[in-house]
Amino acid sequence: MVKRFLSRAYIGIILLFLYAPILILIVLSFNASKSRAKWGGFTLHWYQQLFRNEDIMSALYTTLIIAFTSALIATILGTAAAIAINSMKKTPRLIMLGITNIPMLNADIVTGISLMLVFVAVNYTLGFTSVLLSHITFNIPYVILSVMPKLKQLNPHTFEAAQDLGASPLYAFYKVILPDIFPGVLSGFFLSFTMSLDDFVITYFTKGPEVNTLSTKIYTEVRKGIKPEIYALSTLMFLTVLLLLIFINRRNAGKNAPIRKL
Amino acid sequence: MNIKNTLTHAAEKKPDSGVQFSRVNKVKWLSFPYILWSAGFILIPLVLVLYYGLTDNNNSFTLSNIALITDPINLKALLLALELSIVSTVICLILAYPLAMIMNNSKMQSNSFTVLIIILPMWMNFLLRTIAWQNILEKTGILNTVLKFFHLPTLNIINTPAAIILGMVYNFLPFMVLPIYNVLIKIDKDVIAAARDLGANGTQTFLKIILPLSLPGVISGITMVFVPSLTTFVISTILGGSKIVLIGNVIEQQFRLGNWHTGSGLSLVLMIFILISMALISKYDKESEGGNLW
Repeated sequence: MVKRFLSRAYIGIILLFLYAPILILIVLSFNASKSRAKWGGFTLHWYQQLFRNEDIMSALYTTLIIAFTSALIATILGTAAAIAINSMKKTPRLIMLGITNIPMLNADIVTGISLMLVFVAVNYTLGFTSVLLSHITFNIPYVILSVMPKLKQLNPHTFEAAQDLGASPLYAFYKVILPDIFPGVLSGFFLSFTMSLDDFVITYFTKGPEVNTLSTKIYTEVRKGIKPEIYALSTLMFLTVLLLLIFINRRNAGKNAPIRKL
Repeated sequence: MNIKNTLTHAAEKKPDSGVQFSRVNKVKWLSFPYILWSAGFILIPLVLVLYYGLTDNNNSFTLSNIALITDPINLKALLLALELSIVSTVICLILAYPLAMIMNNSKMQSNSFTVLIIILPMWMNFLLRTIAWQNILEKTGILNTVLKFFHLPTLNIINTPAAIILGMVYNFLPFMVLPIYNVLIKIDKDVIAAARDLGANGTQTFLKIILPLSLPGVISGITMVFVPSLTTFVISTILGGSKIVLIGNVIEQQFRLGNWHTGSGLSLVLMIFILISMALISKYDKESEGGNLW
């Protein structure tokens, strides 16, 4: 009984630790005072201002486009790669998995710098595309690591059975393999999307001067003070995801975990 | 009897995944885009860092960029970064292990739900969450207001190394919790039951069964927290004020000023530390797999 109470209390403290800053940001989005340090009364002003602020809206647009496109391309390349790696012999498989681990284990600052050096070396102007290519690069490993466990669980004979029954390899893949590994593919996509959305360091080194994502825009404002519209936007994004997850969780209650491995 | 070896052995005996697509050798072609991609965007970039780090402006070979790490300012930044990242990794481990165990033991709705609670904060921008800690830690911030209310002495930790450690623990705690949790949920409940049947008490079961089996998760958690903490420049910028300089800040500044050779040279030093920690960790991991548990 005491043990149970202690466990609950411990979880509570950790959750408070993790979510306290988020609560503060939500409160700040309703703060009538422009200053972060004092409370000037409740207002919805920043939420109205937000949609008129072209700078922020274009940063949001860039962020979402890059997150979606990079997650999509990484999911396609990563899933194909995972299937191929899974069917490789031991040595090439270990080499490929070792390379896949590099972007995940290496420091962001080194990954960002190294990608920047490549773009500069081939005289490629830093901008939207260089950020997109960089995001795809650090997203692919998340997809591969999400899909691999699902491939390992596959029954090796269903694919052959489908082909014996006359299905073309592509059709058999689409009908037999894809449905089985789909949860892994989906969690790879969402993990990639989240990572891309939250990335600052790699974007910072690979972007050109005229491109801004929300992260880099916020960073330029750290010293002079964050615009309250940013708090409003973050609150909206956070609550959207929260509601979406609650909805999905309700619907899937009891079903298997969509996200298993980071 | 070595339980862990038996378990890994059993795991390896599962149908080998390599055969399932053997009929379609074409499947190997699927890896071509990724092989090209990883060559172009993972391997060549690292070679370029190596090249820039070992050359000067005239493209001739030099070790002077790397030698710059012995410059007192840079050395101090590196040592401070090492100190802070080691402290925050240890704190993360101490906080995360019990949390992962509680998550594993409690009958929460589903695995995904517990995991989501831990990664959900990532949907609020990482920079903003760190900035929010300024609000909490400032002289007249929330923490001190609460402390004053209870007539407790106030804390002044903003713009000190303590604030940076807090920022590191806050940002990277999920990367310690999730790998440990992922290993714990895979531990066979029968193994634990068997230990209890054979007379082991709770502490013995933990020390002899759970802890050794969870070691791979602990180890990957340590790397996932140590490396980003060692190399951060954002957390120190936001929570450390302008006076505290970590090695990440030095490298970022060199690149901002256009000194790519110097920046790359210092990155190489950083990569040495990353590689050493990974090598130590993987060696330790292998030793524990070979060693006897009983």
